[in-house]
Amino acid sequence: MALTPFRSHRGTVALLDRANVDTDQIIPKQFLKSIARTGFGPNLFYDWRYLPDGRPNPDFTLNQPRVAGASILVARNNFGCGSSREHAVWAIQQAGFHAVVAPWQECRGTRVPGFADIFRSNAGKNGLLTVELSAPEVEEIFQMVDRFSPLQATVDLDHQRLTLHLPEELAFHFEIDPSVKERLTHGLDDIGLTLKHEAEITAFESRHNPQR
Amino acid sequence: MQTMPQTLFEKIWDRHAVGALPDGTAILYIDRHLVHEVTSPQAFEGLRLAGRRVRRTDLTFATMDHNVPTEDRMNIRDPISKAQVDALSANCKEFGVTLYDLASARQGIVHIIGPELGLTLPGTTIVCGDSHTSTHGAFGTVAFGIGTSEVEHVLATQTLLQKKPKTFKVEFAGRPVPPVSAKDLILKLIGTIGTAGGTGYAIEYGGEAIRGLTMEGRMTVCNMSIEAGARAGMVAPDDTTFDYITAEDRPFAPKGRAFDEAVAFWKTLPSDPGARFDRTLTINAAEVAPQVTWGTNPGMVMDVTGRVPEPDQVPGHSRTDVEQALQYMGLRPGTPMTDVPVDIVFIGSCTNARIEDLRIAAGVLRGRHIAATVRVLVVPGSQQVKAQAEVEGLHEIFKAAGCEWRQSGCSMCLGMNPDQLKPGERCASTSNRNFEGRQGKGGRTHLVSPEMAAAAAIAGHFVDIRTWR
Repeated sequence: MALTPFRSHRGTVALLDRANVDTDQIIPKQFLKSIARTGFGPNLFYDWRYLPDGRPNPDFTLNQPRVAGASILVARNNFGCGSSREHAVWAIQQAGFHAVVAPWQECRGTRVPGFADIFRSNAGKNGLLTVELSAPEVEEIFQMVDRFSPLQATVDLDHQRLTLHLPEELAFHFEIDPSVKERLTHGLDDIGLTLKHEAEITAFESRHNPQR
Repeated sequence: MQTMPQTLFEKIWDRHAVGALPDGTAILYIDRHLVHEVTSPQAFEGLRLAGRRVRRTDLTFATMDHNVPTEDRMNIRDPISKAQVDALSANCKEFGVTLYDLASARQGIVHIIGPELGLTLPGTTIVCGDSHTSTHGAFGTVAFGIGTSEVEHVLATQTLLQKKPKTFKVEFAGRPVPPVSAKDLILKLIGTIGTAGGTGYAIEYGGEAIRGLTMEGRMTVCNMSIEAGARAGMVAPDDTTFDYITAEDRPFAPKGRAFDEAVAFWKTLPSDPGARFDRTLTINAAEVAPQVTWGTNPGMVMDVTGRVPEPDQVPGHSRTDVEQALQYMGLRPGTPMTDVPVDIVFIGSCTNARIEDLRIAAGVLRGRHIAATVRVLVVPGSQQVKAQAEVEGLHEIFKAAGCEWRQSGCSMCLGMNPDQLKPGERCASTSNRNFEGRQGKGGRTHLVSPEMAAAAAIAGHFVDIRTWR
């Protein structure tokens, strides 16, 4: 499936002040029974977003009027952990988000990524941009958005820059895997790319024993 | 020519690298693609829309497990669940994929039937649209979970585009002191490195404790690699592995001379002496105590002898994280874990529903009765496990103890079927995730081993199985 190319996006920033947001929270199990690829948006963060009687939970951050229509989500570390369900990415996109921001962390001398592996991979396949910043940078965004919400930001993939549109603009550079950037920028379809190598796959199959 | 020492992971990866895209992304060949009803319908629909077929129907195997009712399996009352199960049947028929459906004696949780069928073999690559695909790594297999777009990619091309992960050697030195088991080892690791500690890595488990585990124990360890953030976890194949493959009727495993040739090859797979890992960690297995999770992710775990932590005393978690978790779990700091009562005990899931798990639980429950306040579900991981348990009379032990004996499926691990916790119910569970709402909205999950779960069922609260009688 070809994707919409992602170059730059401007929108309102919403904060989700939680670490280890798992895909069971992003889209609970009862919504995975759908055989369609659409319709997940209203059920994003269902258990946090709605009260037991089905009304919106006024205390949940994404229900606050000042972030209505937000399209850039900023959360804490290890976003998207748990189940491989791609429905989590679909739900985030279908609720209007174009990018998610989460911090990487330094732990025991190693750099721990801000996003879980499978979530990050699924996001890339669907054109949802995952932006990793340092923990102090994400903390700064939390403080700025807290003070100035509703706050607009621009995610510029070409220049790998996230800019908060404060009276004085505040910009953060982010790193991204060049191949993911290339595919997002051009909206490339992975299956199409791979099938250009079909002759190699066929040759491989002729010499490979899948029994071992 | 002298070659660089390689790890188990690198040997298998290199053998499956078909080629690379111009940007260096590997095209990795997939030997087995396991499919279930939840993450596949949109992938089959993608094939249909693009006019594509399943490239290797002989390497693609499907079953239904997540939505399956464990009481009356042929009668799915939820119409949406039924539609998803029916969609898998229709897709398998349309695309020519082998399906182990609800009428099959070989049906079960996808990660339990793969090894049973002999589909899971050393040196191969296995993927499935399910994060617990890491289970199959116990055989010395590169196995990892994928999303639905990748399911479609494998169906169409029998390959995946992948960046090579880094390698991480986790050594469990010494021997765990029984009844400390595989589940306790992996929970201890997750508690040590955190739920993101393995992100970006493929873990290889080794050391005396791992060598001493059965295949089923190794599967429990590898199964929960993803709960430490690692997409893949693996164990080098050895005689334990080869014996498992020949022990039962495993229709897809090589036989006779083909098996002997395979074993000769499999023996070349273990990591070479001097092979370099990007990261290493050693845990002393002899010092590991029975583990219980207290929070809302598998890294929030402690020794059963401990007390519910104070919010500012949990390394790797902020005060807010811990406060949110304790509030959800309804726990007060300072409470001894052995004072925490349970309402439900769930013995099942792809982590702990193989025959050995049921034998161990039955061993604890034999001749005893569960507490009056507790309800216990025992859910075999596959119809084969169920049949074997019934041959051994384990079901009679469970029933005499007051447990419910069910048919196979994912059951209460994730609540996509009628087996769910009610709000506020507290569960000792042998499954793999204690996320908020995972087992049912408002449900409170404590992850434990089968021994710990069975003992909690009898006592009505958690106990230290090393000293409890």
